[in-house]
Amino acid sequence: MSTLSLQTPDAEKRTASGPARIFRLLLRDPLATLAFAFLVVVVVCAVAGPFLIGDLIEKPNFRARNMPPFSLEQGFAYILGADTLGRSLLARLVVGARNTLGIATAAVLCSLVIGGTLGLIAGYSRGALGNLIMRATDIVMSFPSLLLALVVLFSLGPSVPNLVLVLAITRIPIYLRTTRAEVLEVRERMFVSAAVALGASHSRLIFRHIAPMVIPTLLTIGAIDFATVVLAESSLSFLGLGIQSPQFTWGSMVATGRGYLANAWWVAFWPGLMILLTTLSLNILSNWWRTYSDPQQRWRLELARRHRK
Amino acid sequence: MSTAPILAVENLTVDFLSGDGRFRATDGVSFHVHEGETLVILGESGSGKSVSASAIMGLIDTPPGEIVSGRIRYRGEDIVDMPAERRRDLNGRRIAIIFQDPLAHLNPVYTVGWQLAEVFSVHGIAGGEEARRRSIDILRRVGIPDPETRMDWYPHQFSGGQRQRIMIGMAIALGPEILIADEPTTALDVSVQAQILELLKKLQREEGLAIVMITHDLEVAANMADRIVVMNSGKIVEEGPAREVFTAPKHAYTQRLMSALPDHDEHKERADEAEGAPVLEVRNLTKIYQLSPGMFGKKKALQALDNVSFVLRPGETLGIVGESGSGKSTVARLLLRLAEATAGTALYRGRNIFEMDRRELLAFRRRVQMVFQDPYSSMNPRMNVFSIISEPWCIHGDILEKPRWEDRVAELLELVGLRPEHARRFPHQFSGGQRQRIAIARALACDPEVLVCDEAVSALDVSIQMQIISLLADLRDRLGLAYIFITHDLPIVRNFADRILVMKSGRVVEEGMTEALFRNPREDYTRMLIQAAPKPKWDQAQAMAS
Amino acid sequence: MFGYVFKRSLQSLVAVAGLLVLVFFLSRLTGDPAYLYLPLDSTEAQRQAFNELHGFDDPLYIQFGRYLADLLHFDFGTALSRNRPAMEVALEAFPETLKLAAIAMTLSLVLAIVVGALAATKPGGIFDRLATTISLAGASAPDFWVAIVAILFFSVSLGLLPTSGTGTPLHWIMPIGVLMLRPFGLLTQVVRGSMMGVLTSPYIKTAQAKGVRRTKIVFVHALRNALLPVITVAGDLAASLINGAVVVETIFGWPGIGKLMIDAIVRRDFALVQATVLITAIAIFFLNIVIDLVYAALDPRIRHQTA
Repeated sequence: MSTLSLQTPDAEKRTASGPARIFRLLLRDPLATLAFAFLVVVVVCAVAGPFLIGDLIEKPNFRARNMPPFSLEQGFAYILGADTLGRSLLARLVVGARNTLGIATAAVLCSLVIGGTLGLIAGYSRGALGNLIMRATDIVMSFPSLLLALVVLFSLGPSVPNLVLVLAITRIPIYLRTTRAEVLEVRERMFVSAAVALGASHSRLIFRHIAPMVIPTLLTIGAIDFATVVLAESSLSFLGLGIQSPQFTWGSMVATGRGYLANAWWVAFWPGLMILLTTLSLNILSNWWRTYSDPQQRWRLELARRHRK
Repeated sequence: MSTAPILAVENLTVDFLSGDGRFRATDGVSFHVHEGETLVILGESGSGKSVSASAIMGLIDTPPGEIVSGRIRYRGEDIVDMPAERRRDLNGRRIAIIFQDPLAHLNPVYTVGWQLAEVFSVHGIAGGEEARRRSIDILRRVGIPDPETRMDWYPHQFSGGQRQRIMIGMAIALGPEILIADEPTTALDVSVQAQILELLKKLQREEGLAIVMITHDLEVAANMADRIVVMNSGKIVEEGPAREVFTAPKHAYTQRLMSALPDHDEHKERADEAEGAPVLEVRNLTKIYQLSPGMFGKKKALQALDNVSFVLRPGETLGIVGESGSGKSTVARLLLRLAEATAGTALYRGRNIFEMDRRELLAFRRRVQMVFQDPYSSMNPRMNVFSIISEPWCIHGDILEKPRWEDRVAELLELVGLRPEHARRFPHQFSGGQRQRIAIARALACDPEVLVCDEAVSALDVSIQMQIISLLADLRDRLGLAYIFITHDLPIVRNFADRILVMKSGRVVEEGMTEALFRNPREDYTRMLIQAAPKPKWDQAQAMAS
Repeated sequence: MFGYVFKRSLQSLVAVAGLLVLVFFLSRLTGDPAYLYLPLDSTEAQRQAFNELHGFDDPLYIQFGRYLADLLHFDFGTALSRNRPAMEVALEAFPETLKLAAIAMTLSLVLAIVVGALAATKPGGIFDRLATTISLAGASAPDFWVAIVAILFFSVSLGLLPTSGTGTPLHWIMPIGVLMLRPFGLLTQVVRGSMMGVLTSPYIKTAQAKGVRRTKIVFVHALRNALLPVITVAGDLAASLINGAVVVETIFGWPGIGKLMIDAIVRRDFALVQATVLITAIAIFFLNIVIDLVYAALDPRIRHQTA
């Protein structure tokens, strides 16, 4: 009983922490803050940008053809230069952000839901069905994801839904295997045995006890995997098997610009830089999150503050 | 012992950064030890006792740790501010340490011979063949059979006791003057514990070692200590010669600790022998585990239980006692259908548990409940206490209608010695003992008549263990419960169990009424378990003198 | 041990077989190859004759049966686009990719181990922050874009390196550099994380208590343990190096299997697609066995599960 007084204030502090405390700690790491700010800007652009830009992306401006960046001659929209048709690169980047992030989000959600569900089944049932699922995963895993995507995309024909499907398929094994491993581990935990001893049904065990333990891990992987999916989509679009004209993503913008490298480097440069900065920001944030969520490492974040004081 | 102490810790204050801020591990701790003397630092988990050991060895990582103030003197010289190179040279050569968990403290990817020989080479004492020869000698000295061959084995190939012997060998290889033993026997079975303590004493006699022993175990402390330092929440609360501290503790905390020592002389007989038709009747219970083959292995079978039979009568407490690997926990898992039996029957009120259909099983699970070993993992960390305790009512819809849950949870919490407002908290906000009380409340929620407690107190601090056992005894008297109480610690059930079943390697080796079994154990194994609890050092001295 | 390798081989063979079936039927979905190989003004009859000649007019299951029968005779069909045996073409390209991948993988592994281990010894220090940022950037960079920017900078602006092709040692620099980015970035992260975990483990305390020097603790006691998870990741990465190879070979005009596969897919050269897929799958299969053996060599606990 004497230990209660010792433990409670500590524990209450922890539960009271919530998002506010996470944010406060985040602000102490300048790199992570920068990454966060950049992602916020990109997301805002992707959501709201296209409404502001209107027809700028398709409107050829012959006076701005191959216009180099950092010049305000044609107005702010042309600050990053223009392509061979004189279309504002800034405007196209904003619309590209929407497509790139949209496709990646859809793909991550699909693979998370499908992979999570299959992993739950494979981990919980352990029967023939579970075995079948794992063997199928082996097949998908045993082959380079990009090639698999290429083969599938080429057979099904390139389109946005197919692109999402293909990206999801190549990422499903990650979620599936993690979920299965977690389920196998969680179902051996004593609180699950305790629930069995109380007479809990399968659905109660799965939905009340096992799934809530697995979902946070899945969300974390989803966040980390987002960067990988953005890169994979860009590669496919760059190789011409992803998104098809007139729609475009950052990846296909690089492919378009590749032809004009010698005289208009900026056409290929900016979209690639956007991909790099987006994935880098995601990775920096997930790296930061890993430190935060590891109780053995979290003190490092506190330490950063003390040095700066 | 009038000479200056060989090691003195003065006013040591150590802080740690944790994810939730700064926390003081030791606060102005001072103690010292002389040549040939054993100082025991006694304290429960979180008392800061291991931190002082790490500080002496220079093992505190800074950050997150920080030595705020204090001196550690080895032969009068402060080693806290000593140049790193000289400090390093003291480690292993002058001051050595052994740890609680030898498997984790031996490098898994190198042979024990390599790790032993390294002690010699690091300090430039011997290398190559010479180091190997000396290492073999050391292994022989700490009682590893066939040391020439075992030199090339890896840590995972040894038993727990042997690994601790190897750790001890590594520590004494260079003939150090001070040996720090940080909970050296906590992870071991009682029989092995006695051997390791004997070895330490033998080495101390031969080498004149000063031993600083850190433990939470009162009996181990009494067995080893010349002097004792008692720590609580980072501070020293009492210090003195072992016998004084044990027999006439001054500080309130020490007094509470000492009251947890099982009393060997007094036994409260329970009124009558339990009567009536047995609630549970177990016949020839057998369990064979098919071990899954390892990465490169073949299938193996492990016989966990071999023809185990016993009965449990209403209101009776049956203690099942055995060391690790005796199969005692398997009995619990099989009885609750958490695993399937290979052969045998278990009758609950005449009905075979293993043949029950869904409906019968559900009814059975209301009547027979379980309290698990580890109160940290036996509750879903994402459910609050209210949901945990009321879960049985969600599962069995007909126990209690929902409006009454609130009141009943409060009632149950009070029954196990907690407060109703605890219902809104989560498991991690409670101490180990409190969590075990919650687990008991959950088990009681569906009005069982049998409670199976699988090592229900062994993860708890000694002073808490006794509180939980007396809670269980109290509930038994108030609710008429029958218990199957599974434990590795025979003395702990002396005042609690009516009947005892001693198990070894999956078999029942002895069975009897508690007091008879303690007075006249028939089997050597039982005798060993009874005596394995180490005797106080001052008693040994008397015995030797007379 | 052999029993284990046999079991793993069997599992992998099932996976390879499944893959071949998948590729066979999927590639048939892409359309009629006759349109690609005959002139635009070819007649229906000509196309019919073309398909009859190559057996594309039979029902799919018959084509598949024929494919399997041929496989048993080590006949992998003819690459339509080159009019040569498909396997011959694939086997020519394979070593080019293998060389590229082997060099890139070895370099990134060695570099990652050194950088990651050093970063882990002082987490939060200058070197660690630099190493973390660089490795994160490496793992985040779109390789195709880096390749283009590298060409722009080193070839177009500075004129130092050739833009594409093979031949001189200079031709190797950019492809290897770009191919290394991702494995180096990811592996450094893994090494650093694993090393940080290992350095807090109890047996490191034992070594400290023995008086072992810090450098020896890091590179002898810790490193071997820290490498265990790295080996697994390195294996997965080596397999996915083919992903990078496709991009790199396309951009730098490297005559490897990645470029060949893209060409084959685009040109509906079914036999060639199947041959390249088969070769890649077999290579990855051997790679997995090697990884398992290396793992067993490093970890005695795995070795001893034989008993």
